[in-house]
Amino acid sequence: MSAPQQPNAKRMARTAAIVVGVVVGMTGMAFAAVPLYDAFCKMTGYGGTTQEASVAPDQVLERRIEVRFDANVAPGLPVEFTPSQISQSLRIGETGLAFYTVHNTSDQPIVARATYNVTPHMAGPYFAKLECFCFQDKVLAPGETAELPVVYFVDPEIVADADTNEINTLTLSYTFFRSTDAAAALAPAG
Amino acid sequence: MSHDAAHTADHHDHDDHRPSLWDWKRWVYSTNHKDIGTMYLIFAIIAGLIGGALSGLIRWELAEPGVGVLTSLPWIADVDAAKHYYNSIVTYHGLIMIFFMVMPAMIGGFGNWFVPIMIGAPDMAFPRMNNISFWLLPASFALAVISMIVPGNGDYPGFGGGWTLYAPLSTSATHHSGPSMDLLILSLHIAGASSILGAVNFITTIFNMRAPGMTMHRMPLFAWSVLVTAWLLVLSLPVLAGALTMLLTDRNFGTQFFQAAGGGDPVMYQHLFWFFGHPEVYILILPGFGMISHIVSTFSRKPIFGYLGMAYAMVAIGVIGFVVWAHHMYTVGMGLDLEAYFIAATMVIAVPTGIKIFSWIATMWGGSIDFKVPMLWAIGFIFLFTVGGVTGVVLANSGVDTALHDTYYVVAHFHYVLSLGAVFAIFAGFYYWIPKMSGYRYNGFLGGLHFWVMFVGVNIIFFPQHFLGLQGMPRRYIDYPEAFSYWNHISSIGYAITAVGVLIFLITVVEMFIVRRKAGANPWGEGATTLEWTLSSPPPFHQFNELPVIKPDTHH
Repeated sequence: MSAPQQPNAKRMARTAAIVVGVVVGMTGMAFAAVPLYDAFCKMTGYGGTTQEASVAPDQVLERRIEVRFDANVAPGLPVEFTPSQISQSLRIGETGLAFYTVHNTSDQPIVARATYNVTPHMAGPYFAKLECFCFQDKVLAPGETAELPVVYFVDPEIVADADTNEINTLTLSYTFFRSTDAAAALAPAG
Repeated sequence: MSHDAAHTADHHDHDDHRPSLWDWKRWVYSTNHKDIGTMYLIFAIIAGLIGGALSGLIRWELAEPGVGVLTSLPWIADVDAAKHYYNSIVTYHGLIMIFFMVMPAMIGGFGNWFVPIMIGAPDMAFPRMNNISFWLLPASFALAVISMIVPGNGDYPGFGGGWTLYAPLSTSATHHSGPSMDLLILSLHIAGASSILGAVNFITTIFNMRAPGMTMHRMPLFAWSVLVTAWLLVLSLPVLAGALTMLLTDRNFGTQFFQAAGGGDPVMYQHLFWFFGHPEVYILILPGFGMISHIVSTFSRKPIFGYLGMAYAMVAIGVIGFVVWAHHMYTVGMGLDLEAYFIAATMVIAVPTGIKIFSWIATMWGGSIDFKVPMLWAIGFIFLFTVGGVTGVVLANSGVDTALHDTYYVVAHFHYVLSLGAVFAIFAGFYYWIPKMSGYRYNGFLGGLHFWVMFVGVNIIFFPQHFLGLQGMPRRYIDYPEAFSYWNHISSIGYAITAVGVLIFLITVVEMFIVRRKAGANPWGEGATTLEWTLSSPPPFHQFNELPVIKPDTHH
């Protein structure tokens, strides 16, 4: 074939390089999305992600709010998991203490971890935990029953947010999963 | 475009070193954009027949309430097995139609064939990369087919979690521990690589190889549509590749991207997937928009109405398409503000889409309309796509979507825009360009019959699915209560009619190659103004040794 007027090969290579750069960049963005999404959920309480706090608020409102407790177990995990109280009513800003009971029904040690959220999801940023069994893996010996505490409060800011100030009932929900680094937790040191 | 028709004859004479059809090296080693385009089209037709056969099993099973058809197959032992097979059939039907039928036909097939010719280029920018783009696809398809028959869920073969491959269905050992899902991930990685290479090629070609005088604002709309599509591919497919890689490492290397137990979040998979998935639906339809513009203009004997508006409407659709993804996931529980944003952004897409629809109608307005076969398909496309677009605006409302999510209303919606929209555009393009590609005219009666049978058939399949959805019938179930049986039965009858339509299509093609009526350079007359009609039919193996010079003109 007699070559027609060849377009500038350098220019074509540059265009191609730019487009490949975009492809690499977008692939990078996909993976960067993982930590960014995590940070975004923690920061905004998106999807009902609750907050961790180290100090209780100094302000306690007159208004009361009901906190209901929910417990779930992932399929295939041989534990019984129940809240020790159905609900608690407390003043907004007041620190509450609730318990869950977990029982290992198998003859094997289990390492489990609870994930959590609150509904309505909009309340996520205002529900804070000072202490929670869900912060770490929980090791349960065969047949063991354990009482698990949660220390929490509802941030008074909840009444200042137009999306959340009409909320009178929150549900705190936990789901126990078999921990994925079970082997590490069951190693002699643990 | 105005141009010299005179150059046609001369390079046809001396430079047409067309190798024999039966020389296998011509195809396997091909660097010729037209041969590669032909292979893409044949590949798409084969994949389409397989994907269509899978949907036949779906409609056959759903024709009557109760599980009966799949269990009567000798290798499906009981109802539980049939449930998995059903979900697996639905999954592969979707994946095959999207990745191995529509995308190869529109971008690989018509794009390869006509983008270089329309912009006056001798070939694609990187012809050997073009070869790889195509040949990755059969490899990818083979992996997908193998994935369909190796163990997926326990001993049941295939992946049954839907084409969206949602975690945890796609990651959890209790759901799909078998090698099926791993093969599927690999298959989609390769299909993605194929598309990305193709997109790089198209972008480089369109930016650097336009003939003298072919400015961006004189470029035919089909080339514009492929340019926008290529950018969408480049921006969205890497995100899918990332998400699929995370699925793969979650499955095999102990990472926890999407495992709640390890601090991951399955909803993040949905975000990543739909960041790809929404642009993907525009990838499937935009080249169709380009083809329809040419066809409507040709058979109305008028230049397309609002050329610049049409070009930039596609750019706008592409841009907005990247910021609406969460409307596929209203039910994951977003904040109200976020939902409100996604509703508004989604509805905004109706504006550039409306510009396109009204410009097509305005092109026909006052034109000398000739209802040849491609025009029938194009008008059918405009009607069906508009119906699907309207139900899309309905579903954009998160309040409505909360009720209709994962019902047959959604199934009807996306089949109206894709199965009927995109596929009708493909058939329109096929009947428009096949005389150019093959050099032969088809039997117009058969082509018209194909259109009418198919038009009636697909509407009978999908229109009743709106009713089923509104009545609350969920998608992806093998069975349904007696109450849904009437419209399901009608829908299955529609499938049978459509299957007859596909048969007529095959007969039309075979008849065309047997009878061999010569098409001539331009069978469509003065309305067909783009560069491909200045070449012989089929075009010379290497065109434009003398680059055409495009003068300013009102035609596009």
